[in-house]
Amino acid sequence: MSDTAVPVQLKAKDFKSDQEVRWCPGCGDYAILAAVQSFLPELGIPKENICFVSGIGCSSRFPYYLTTYGMHSIHGRAPAIATGLATSRQDLSVWVVTGDGDALSIGGNHLIHALRRNVNLKILLFNNRIYGLTKGQYSPTSEVGKVTKSTPMGSLDYPFNPLSLALGAEATFVARTIDSDRKHLTEVLRAAASHEGSALVEIYQNCNIFNDGAFDLLKDADSRDDEVIRLVDGEPIVFGAEGQHAVVRNAHGGLKIVPTASVDASEIVVHDAHSSDTATAFALTRLSDPETLHHTPIGVLRHVERPSYDRLMGDQMSAAQSNGPGNLQSLLTGSDTWTIT
Amino acid sequence: MPKETVQLDRVIIRFAGDSGDGMQLTGDRFTAETATFGNDLSTLPDFPAEIRAPAGTLPGVSAFQLHFADHDIMTPGDAPNVLVAMNPAALKANLKDLPRGGDLIVNTDEFTSRNLTKVGYSDNPIEDGSLDSYNVHPIALTSLTVESLKDFNLTKKEAERAKNMFALGLLSWLYGRPFEGTERFLHEKFERKPEILKANLTALHAGWNYGETTEDFSVRYEVKPAPLADGTYRNISGNLALSYGLVAAGQQTGLPIYLGSYPITPASDILHELSKHKKFGVRTFQAEDEIAGIGAALGASYGGSLGITTTSGPGVALKSEAIGLAVALELPLIVVDVQRGGPSTGLPTKTEQADLLQAMFGRNGEAPVPIIAPQSPSDCFDAALEAARIATTYRTPVFLLSDGYLANGSEPWQVPNVADLPDLTVTFTTENNWTNEDGTTEFMPFARDPETLARPWAIPGTPGLEHRIGGIEKADITGHISYDPDNHDKMVRLRQAKIDGIAKTIPDLEVDDPSGEAKVLVIGWGSTFGPIGAACRLVRDSGEHIAQAHLRHLNPFPANTGEVLKRYDRVIVPEMNLGQLAMLLRAKYLVDAISYNQVRGMPFKSQELESAIKDVIANV
Repeated sequence: MSDTAVPVQLKAKDFKSDQEVRWCPGCGDYAILAAVQSFLPELGIPKENICFVSGIGCSSRFPYYLTTYGMHSIHGRAPAIATGLATSRQDLSVWVVTGDGDALSIGGNHLIHALRRNVNLKILLFNNRIYGLTKGQYSPTSEVGKVTKSTPMGSLDYPFNPLSLALGAEATFVARTIDSDRKHLTEVLRAAASHEGSALVEIYQNCNIFNDGAFDLLKDADSRDDEVIRLVDGEPIVFGAEGQHAVVRNAHGGLKIVPTASVDASEIVVHDAHSSDTATAFALTRLSDPETLHHTPIGVLRHVERPSYDRLMGDQMSAAQSNGPGNLQSLLTGSDTWTIT
Repeated sequence: MPKETVQLDRVIIRFAGDSGDGMQLTGDRFTAETATFGNDLSTLPDFPAEIRAPAGTLPGVSAFQLHFADHDIMTPGDAPNVLVAMNPAALKANLKDLPRGGDLIVNTDEFTSRNLTKVGYSDNPIEDGSLDSYNVHPIALTSLTVESLKDFNLTKKEAERAKNMFALGLLSWLYGRPFEGTERFLHEKFERKPEILKANLTALHAGWNYGETTEDFSVRYEVKPAPLADGTYRNISGNLALSYGLVAAGQQTGLPIYLGSYPITPASDILHELSKHKKFGVRTFQAEDEIAGIGAALGASYGGSLGITTTSGPGVALKSEAIGLAVALELPLIVVDVQRGGPSTGLPTKTEQADLLQAMFGRNGEAPVPIIAPQSPSDCFDAALEAARIATTYRTPVFLLSDGYLANGSEPWQVPNVADLPDLTVTFTTENNWTNEDGTTEFMPFARDPETLARPWAIPGTPGLEHRIGGIEKADITGHISYDPDNHDKMVRLRQAKIDGIAKTIPDLEVDDPSGEAKVLVIGWGSTFGPIGAACRLVRDSGEHIAQAHLRHLNPFPANTGEVLKRYDRVIVPEMNLGQLAMLLRAKYLVDAISYNQVRGMPFKSQELESAIKDVIANV
């Protein structure tokens, strides 16, 4: 992270700004804000070296509620703006806060290009599967057939799976977590912060006004154990209250879910977030049902090393300057001149 | 026997050929030789948007016009004295511009029946008498080149490709140009292809020798060096001068330069050039699209770089929202628009001035942006420095409106002494800037400098000054989100007043009226400076009076602009659009300005402007 990090003893309250938080009461964004404010002191980075850049949407008000540097920009463009900041200031810890409409619809191009370049950005994608700030239209992650103000007969669009998209865009760090699971959310943030390069963290976030209960299947005590696949690096992928479900390879090179008791332990896929091959990570993202989110993996799906764009750009700058700075007079004069006296 | 030498005061040569014939390179090299020789000069490259249109067709014709003289000149010239036509298509496309009696050098090898048919000639014009009123020099350029290279281990096609060097050698002989510079250039270009290098050098010399021995040219011409002011000169194009201006802006402000850009004709050369200058702390980022280009530049400005984005009209359209954000954030940013023919894709390789109103008004809300327009290729250097001064002093995005003619045209440039460049040192805010009634201090991101109305520039990494900015309306002083009606009214007016106040720091509009008796003022902006100036000379040479003024700052206008306009009975505004500056002048100063407009993708011809001006004078 920061080259200039010095030991500082900050607390969560040090990251709470004096601005009144204006999300709807009950919004999942509150839980994420609290988790981030509690987590930031852990980074050990002076708050002046942290910057949050957001786009437009409910989640994008996030920077105003922190005491770090921050920019609330324009719709979909936060990854582009943050790219300019991060690549010109390697000393900063740059975070992007975005939503499913901001990152995947109007700003989809910037997201995929930031990921492929591996710009040193921590991208928090708050996915509530709905447009909140514009009052309830379907989003690019909404299920097909969703009846909203703009789709009275049901939406026709097939949804994005943000993690499949990120893997296809050559992301080096891809994770998913849930707003209500503070512990898991914090663990994922910690892993993302430790990664040099782009980290995409999808956070399932409840919009209690326009899409309430969108993630209940993954949250309710009586269903979550059977519906959420908690990935732990280096561990066999099993889930269910008794570990009764297991992930194994299917005949087509993908993955499938079987009763743990029906297979030999050696057949169960061991999660390897650091694998250079994206095939298994991609197959994991495909386990979940795009409509219902039945069998959704959470945790860090991919975490691999590739030099960040910031570092590579910095290296080129250093190499170009290795023999000292440029001489402006020589540049302007050039080699083909004539003199009049 | 040495041939007779005839003195000329100026010459206009046009090289025309197929896109693949290397005409732009030939023109560039002849220009460089001419510059080294010390003539004043002005160039006009004119090429198609297609990289290689079908060979031998009219759409594939690429041309390069050069005007050089023993005195100071202002334009690439209305019509050539000499036309070099490398094939029938080049002849057909350009002959109409060659006055009767002009020299016409044609490559006879290409005048085959197939090539003639391709462009609609039923007979060979070289033989059918239709060129009798010109001074025709039929030369078998291709076969002479191939013959001169017969000892080389080259395919016929490779040998033929050197014909542009043969032509360059011949023209260099004809006008007594040195060609050591071209030899150096070829050595660098073909460093790794020694056989091709030798072939090109041989063709160049063969062309020169052909001139000396052929009886077709009985005289050589000489155009003496021009008496320019003392100093060191080089030839420079607008895009190069603009790039150097931006590098210099980084040095003079003390800020790292960050260019976020997406390739687009005719601005891409600035991206190419700046990418070479990392040594000067210049970062370049080729973004995924126009919006990301400006977004990254703005992000870098937020971090304390001088953010720049370069584009042309269609790109500006895409960047509009981000420019509005920069207005709201009040951060420095330079938006370079190298204008081309529009609307939409329009004429990518041709020039136009039709983005003025887009630059002025092309955003939602009240979003004033200063506009600077260079007036000649070399002036792009100073204009870039001026854009940087305004952007950093006033914490605002600034438009730098160049155009295709300035971008690719070139002229001699007196190399500035770096010690004489303006000091634009920028100081970031590092401490609290506000004292409360109880004596405590705070940082207020929207507390303004009373003189400039600029807000403080406190960059991330500055302890104690952490603050949030954004596109949503901000409260005066504190910068908190504010929906208060009075606050919005105040902020809109403050942002406007800040831009209007720039007028206090820009020079008065100067008028050139040598006789002091002019009743008509001609006023322009941007690249029309040369053609308008040349037209004014023609008007004055014929005994009439005309005043000329040229706007470099389009927003805000110089403080005395209204007073200047009101001094004259008539004001004429020539523009390569349908009257955009005229509309602004009429709206702001209630002056009955007369528009003179052309949107042909080419600079004005000074003789046409001369007659337009005389028409107005005659009706005063």
